[in-house]
Amino acid sequence: MPLRFQNRPALVAYLTCGDPDLRTTLDIALAACDAGAEVIELGVPFSDPVADGPVIQRASERALRQRTSLRQVLELAKQIRKKSPAGLIIFTYLNPVLRMGIKNFSAAARDACVDGALITDLPVEESGEYLAEMQKRNLATVFLAAPTSTDDRLKQIARASSGFVYAVSRTGVTGARHQMPEDAPKLVGRLRRYTDLPVAVGFGISTAEQFRAVGEFADAAVVGSAIVEIIERNPGKEAESVAQFVEQLSAVSRQPSVKR
Amino acid sequence: MAALDELERHYEKAKRDRTFQKRLDELLRTYAGRPTPLFFARRLTKTLGGAKVYLKREDLLHTGAHKINNCLGQALLVERMGKHRVIAETGAGQHGVATATVCALLGFECVVYMGTEDMRRQELNVFRMRLLGAEVRGVDSGSRTLKDAINEAMRDWVTNVRTTHYLLGSVLGAHPYPTMVRDFHKVIGREARKQILKAEGKLPKAIIACVGGGSNSIGIFHEFIKDRNVQLIGVEAGGRGPRLGDHAARFHGGSPGVLQGTYSYVLQDEAGQISATHSVSAGLDYPSIGPEHAWLKDTGRAQYSSASDEDALEACTVLARTEGIIPALESAHAVAEVIRRAPWMKKSEVVIVNVSGRGDKDIGILRENLKLG
Repeated sequence: MPLRFQNRPALVAYLTCGDPDLRTTLDIALAACDAGAEVIELGVPFSDPVADGPVIQRASERALRQRTSLRQVLELAKQIRKKSPAGLIIFTYLNPVLRMGIKNFSAAARDACVDGALITDLPVEESGEYLAEMQKRNLATVFLAAPTSTDDRLKQIARASSGFVYAVSRTGVTGARHQMPEDAPKLVGRLRRYTDLPVAVGFGISTAEQFRAVGEFADAAVVGSAIVEIIERNPGKEAESVAQFVEQLSAVSRQPSVKR
Repeated sequence: MAALDELERHYEKAKRDRTFQKRLDELLRTYAGRPTPLFFARRLTKTLGGAKVYLKREDLLHTGAHKINNCLGQALLVERMGKHRVIAETGAGQHGVATATVCALLGFECVVYMGTEDMRRQELNVFRMRLLGAEVRGVDSGSRTLKDAINEAMRDWVTNVRTTHYLLGSVLGAHPYPTMVRDFHKVIGREARKQILKAEGKLPKAIIACVGGGSNSIGIFHEFIKDRNVQLIGVEAGGRGPRLGDHAARFHGGSPGVLQGTYSYVLQDEAGQISATHSVSAGLDYPSIGPEHAWLKDTGRAQYSSASDEDALEACTVLARTEGIIPALESAHAVAEVIRRAPWMKKSEVVIVNVSGRGDKDIGILRENLKLG
């Protein structure tokens, strides 16, 4: 599975699946892809989202009230795949995966034709079985690198990663911020010493300006809470509102084919 | 991870540093009130008509529970690490109070996260923390109890990790916490072993302790693990009944899972979502259990039973009236177990119950639930 980023920065859009419901998530995902998102992170809601701020916490609670499960998210991925060639990454905490079984999860992910997964609270040190099962099936294993990660850990993270590496822009949890912290370019620079994989920067990106700025030092930008909040604020018009937002972001990214 | 590695490095160094140990021992002795007595409960023994019941009086420690053993240890580490801000989670509030206490003692900024449901049922402790200078932040998400407070504390920690130490209150979380917290509580068992040998000239047949996260129990168990003839009995919260959501008995309905950085037995549903739990005692109301307990159970070294809300409330009254000791509702679960067990044991046998805390904080709940004339 090659995850190729065309634009710079490429847009990776995160969605909490099942908020407000799975059918709407399907519509939103397809609309976002049409509007320029190259990868969709399909977020599996979890009861204890320790890495998430209030926006995604609320979305998870709403999705869980509908009993949205990992199994359903994999099924949703299958439906998206029928209509779109965009990159699809299952974004989940570890416990639902453990409950399903790592082998079963990998097999189901392969079956759903997703491109890979990112397990938020699985450190590389504990990822042996997961890596084996995913690599066997040619699925990408995306890991998080943090500004506080030591060089040694960045090396380990790079070695275990495939598809792309997710550089967390700041110490903290998910949530939109008004300014890009200085931690991000430095982290990406350090990461590039250990990997040739594309690097995506995430946490806190919510404006076209922030999005464009990320393109100066990283290959992709992950936009999560900003999109989840748009969904929260536009009941009944989720897909169109997200599409509009994604268009605004896409408009500022460079396209290699465009002559300058 | 970097913060965990840093903590582990400092802890390993401190363990080998005699001045650290001396300072900790001195504070445990002159400030916290160690050693705690091992008390022979003569009237309770007579009432039950079986084994001799001894009570390890962690309820007599400063702040009213065993929690301060760990708080003092970690606070001295905070000093070594040069950090000035401490955060903690708390269920019943005892760990929060102990944390606020050591922060006042050593001059650190202190923020305690507590579920709003727990704040309601343990009001006394909320006030105590504020009086001690800590900021108490209510957590309104999820079940509004201990696990939600931990989530919020973890969010604060990852955001402020460079300046802040997370003073975790039990043998949970990522390494090195389960080991380190256990080590700081080992003093309970070390004392108890010396004390019982002095009092009875032999080891106990059984040791009973309540198990929430598992710190007081592992603290008393640990010294006796090598004594194969000593039964180690942990008592979990049986709550209102056996249905998922009505109790917090991880070994009765939980299965292996990962919550908040630990792999252990977790109460969860078929989709891997963590379950809500219930116990009349806030400190036992948690869906996972310290991994060392999982190991003790799986290897058969320890057994785990449970006591219902009703049993615990009843046990409170029994201990109050036979020995003049009002235990914390958490500890009352252990008392409930000895009430059940001792009558069937030989009169020559000895059983130690860890009274992990006193019940002042529970007066409100006791008043709601007990009909006293």
